[in-house]
Amino acid sequence: MDPLGSFLVRAALAGVGVALAAAPLGCVVAWRRMAFFGDATAHAAILGVAGALTLAVAPVWGALLAALAMGAGVAWLSERGWAADTALAVLSHGALAVGLVAISLVGVRVDPEAVLLGDVLAVSRGDLAVIWGGAAVVGALLWWRWDRILVATLGDDLARASGVDPDRERAALTLALAVVIAVGIEVVGALLIAALMVVPAAAARPWAGTPERMVAVAMGIGATAALAGLWGSWAWDVPTGPAMVCAATGAFAASAAWDRLRG
Amino acid sequence: MTPLVEIERLAVRHGGTRVLHDVSLSVAPGEIVTIVGPNGSGKSTLLRAIIGAVTPDAGTVRRADGLRIGYVPQKMPLDPSLPLTVRRFLSLPKRGGDAGRALEEAGAADLAERQMTALSGGQLQRVALARALMEAPDLLLLDEATQGLDQPGSAAFYKRIEAVRRETGCGVLMVSHELHVVMAASDRVVCLNGHVCCEGTPNQIVDAPEWRALFGTGTAGALALYRHQHTHEHHH
Repeated sequence: MDPLGSFLVRAALAGVGVALAAAPLGCVVAWRRMAFFGDATAHAAILGVAGALTLAVAPVWGALLAALAMGAGVAWLSERGWAADTALAVLSHGALAVGLVAISLVGVRVDPEAVLLGDVLAVSRGDLAVIWGGAAVVGALLWWRWDRILVATLGDDLARASGVDPDRERAALTLALAVVIAVGIEVVGALLIAALMVVPAAAARPWAGTPERMVAVAMGIGATAALAGLWGSWAWDVPTGPAMVCAATGAFAASAAWDRLRG
Repeated sequence: MTPLVEIERLAVRHGGTRVLHDVSLSVAPGEIVTIVGPNGSGKSTLLRAIIGAVTPDAGTVRRADGLRIGYVPQKMPLDPSLPLTVRRFLSLPKRGGDAGRALEEAGAADLAERQMTALSGGQLQRVALARALMEAPDLLLLDEATQGLDQPGSAAFYKRIEAVRRETGCGVLMVSHELHVVMAASDRVVCLNGHVCCEGTPNQIVDAPEWRALFGTGTAGALALYRHQHTHEHHH
């Protein structure tokens, strides 16, 4: 029997793969206060999906390219002192609106809901390979540069004095973010992929004394939330992506409450 | 002796504004040099030029071959969401090295297992100093490292810097706004206001007219106070 023949098994593997890649990146995003940056990048990916469909290439490549462009653009703006909240909000919501209009112009070939909320039950074997491939790339990139990324998180000048180029680490993170978003859109959608990064990280915070432990706990919470969301979606017939984020949010609430109770 | 860092006729602009011009400065091994100057005088920019964070518009910044810099920043953007023990912080970016000894030298021996976000301002500064010492620096750079400390706290911090210099022989370049403490700790004081207004030993500099124009004559009193404290200490 072929386990990948079942769409539920494929969906579970896809959800877990994205959650495992998203969690460590989500921790870094939280530490660097980049949560809104993640949103803006994910919204830009919608436009990329529309472009890819127009050109008849796989959506994941369009999403990757658009997310990279947005990431580089925001980084460029922030170097010039433009990454104020407002500028990011304009970019984020602007990208969302332009992306949705572009999707509708592409025509009936794509369901906007699938782009916004994900469609994990439709994941194919090929998609699964792309998702786990992307997760492996992100994992390897973070593993390779981990200590340098941490130093850069403590300040640009501190990093430079230690011989670490903070701009290079920023570029590595932008790349990792774009890959997670590109492979995550099919699973939880462009609206919620940033949530799948940040929420497990936030839930993991009370249980961690070191950055590495926080990453490990966040990966566990993220993967569990993906499976729980899939189960909930099956049991109550609700959309899978949002159900996964609901499960992660539930984990956060429980974690925060427990943390408060124990003092 | 070859200087650790040698700056010649450095000019830096931010946008259209001239921040530094015609700045020449060098730091020799084992020397403590303090940069003082009013707000916006380009003190931090000068330090950032030394670590290579800003590109000069003119002039040169020469670092000695293989120069190891230990940098103590003004403050660190520590987000409460980042769990980080002092020990792990010291291992960034290079693992290995004697964390216990660095903490000892920085006067933070009891803090190794504490969370960074739970430290007080003074503890954080000592831990930042310990991390800088982990690099076995030839040159220590301190950017307003005593900001937020009370006067005895910053005096103790500068005493520690002197002890580190004595033990390791490193050069020290620091930026400070605390004139009286600067007087106590420095071999040489450089007064900066876009350019080098005046420089010399603490004793020479308080008599310079440029210094008086910037800081008034009140600082001579601070020096007198320092001299008094200094002799006072020797009686013990």
